Amino acid sequence: MIMKNKIEKEFPTTQNDRRRFLKLSGAALVGTGLFFMTGCSDDDEVMTLETPPDQFDLGGGNLGILNYAYALEQLEAAFYTKVIQGSYYAGAPSREKTLFKDIYNHEVIHRDFFKTAISAAVDQSMVLPDLEFDFSSVDFSSRDAVLGLSQVLEDTGVRAYNGAGQLIDVSNAAGQTYLLLAGKIVSVEARHASAIRDLINPGSMDFAGDDILIGLGGTAPAFDQAAAPKTVLNEVIATGFLKTEFTAFNLPNF
Amino acid sequence: MNFIKILDILSDDKLLKEKSSRRDSFQQFKNVGKNVALASIPFALAATSSKTKAATLAMGFGNKMASNEDVLKFALTLEYLEREFYQLGLDSGVIPSEDETVFSTISRHEDAHVDFLLAALGLQDGDLKPEFDFTGAPGGLNLDPFNDYPTFMALAQGFEDTGVRAYKGQAGALANDDTLLTYALQIHSVEARHAAQVRRMRGEKGWITRSQNTLPSAFAPIYGGETPESNLVQGGVNLSGLFGSVGGDDAVTEAFDEPLTMNEVLAIGGIFIVS
Repeated sequence: MIMKNKIEKEFPTTQNDRRRFLKLSGAALVGTGLFFMTGCSDDDEVMTLETPPDQFDLGGGNLGILNYAYALEQLEAAFYTKVIQGSYYAGAPSREKTLFKDIYNHEVIHRDFFKTAISAAVDQSMVLPDLEFDFSSVDFSSRDAVLGLSQVLEDTGVRAYNGAGQLIDVSNAAGQTYLLLAGKIVSVEARHASAIRDLINPGSMDFAGDDILIGLGGTAPAFDQAAAPKTVLNEVIATGFLKTEFTAFNLPNF
Repeated sequence: MNFIKILDILSDDKLLKEKSSRRDSFQQFKNVGKNVALASIPFALAATSSKTKAATLAMGFGNKMASNEDVLKFALTLEYLEREFYQLGLDSGVIPSEDETVFSTISRHEDAHVDFLLAALGLQDGDLKPEFDFTGAPGGLNLDPFNDYPTFMALAQGFEDTGVRAYKGQAGALANDDTLLTYALQIHSVEARHAAQVRRMRGEKGWITRSQNTLPSAFAPIYGGETPESNLVQGGVNLSGLFGSVGGDDAVTEAFDEPLTMNEVLAIGGIFIVS
């Protein structure tokens, strides 16, 4: 894994602390990896979490989940934008070029779709702003680097949408639409992940490899993972790509 | 469904702050780990007798919103079909050695999906299993997938793409149970990984452009249906013509997979189900 979950260590580690933490807050998210988790002490006091006035909070409920998905799609779209501007892409065999151009197209469409959808629903102040990214640590001339990071992003997208599904409030028609939309997108992310994994190791089992799949209730590995927003956002922070600070204090979690 | 209207609902402050109550049920299941015996999967539904196979299979499948148990039985039917198809394929020798790793991997996954669904339903292997005929005779076809590799590959693609659309179509029906919904999503995306792999081995893209495909015409419904793969309307908004700079309408249809209803899936599966 390229995305090391460094931040995770800063969270309470015992099961009880952890549960309490999950209950009380979403992750506070800033580009520097700094957390506003002050006051997270031994007692059961509710932590006071405030979004600094100059920062955006993803919001709660379905709005929070939509902004969360929008953040992930912004990351993916920004990454593939750099890929198709890079020298690996320029010199790649036509089959790989087609694949990356397609994935770029899909991620830009996902990103712009979320922006339109959220903007139509709520005041602009509640729509996640355009995020800034810094990919200077990535060598876009290297096939290995591009494919490796693409794999991580797509696998992460799959885990993220799989985990977000249960957090969508479907008690109204809008929520049902969002759940279906998440389903429509997640399988495309999984198709991307499969294709990239097979490019890395053609003809192997890696397109749906045991390195990423898990068993359920004692079965052999045959199921994708489902990750909580907190986990995913911490992984995103740990990459160092994200430059725009925002918080996620109100996201539903599990 | 009007997107703006839907989003108006979303903008209602109360709804935005409302927390889902479905999460509660997850707590008791979150400890399902690798070491838990299959038989003890804690969400196993009240098992019904397997004796009344036909009746049970028919039950509920006509409804728009099936019960959780009906959805699991529906999924079991599909997984049984896939499991048997790959087992027979691997046994037949039709698969060239360079492709064996891929198909044995897929086969193992379908085995595990069947195992999981049986445990969830409290059933034994073989319970509720239809009799399959992969010549497609029940649907008036005369295929030879276990002697003709292109046919085997075409059916594999068809089954996987159908599987993706089938699970997607039931997400709404499972939304009342966080745990089941999540498990279904965890299978759904693996079917998509399989589908992309087989499609690419057949020279198609890993994703579905409009409703285009290279399967025999009898399988057109796999990419059609009430919401065909060529659908350009998402959340009530017509996206046609909006993405000219990033692949246009072709790319829009690729970027969103579409659901099939239970009946649509059963009609496709019925081509291979004797009884």
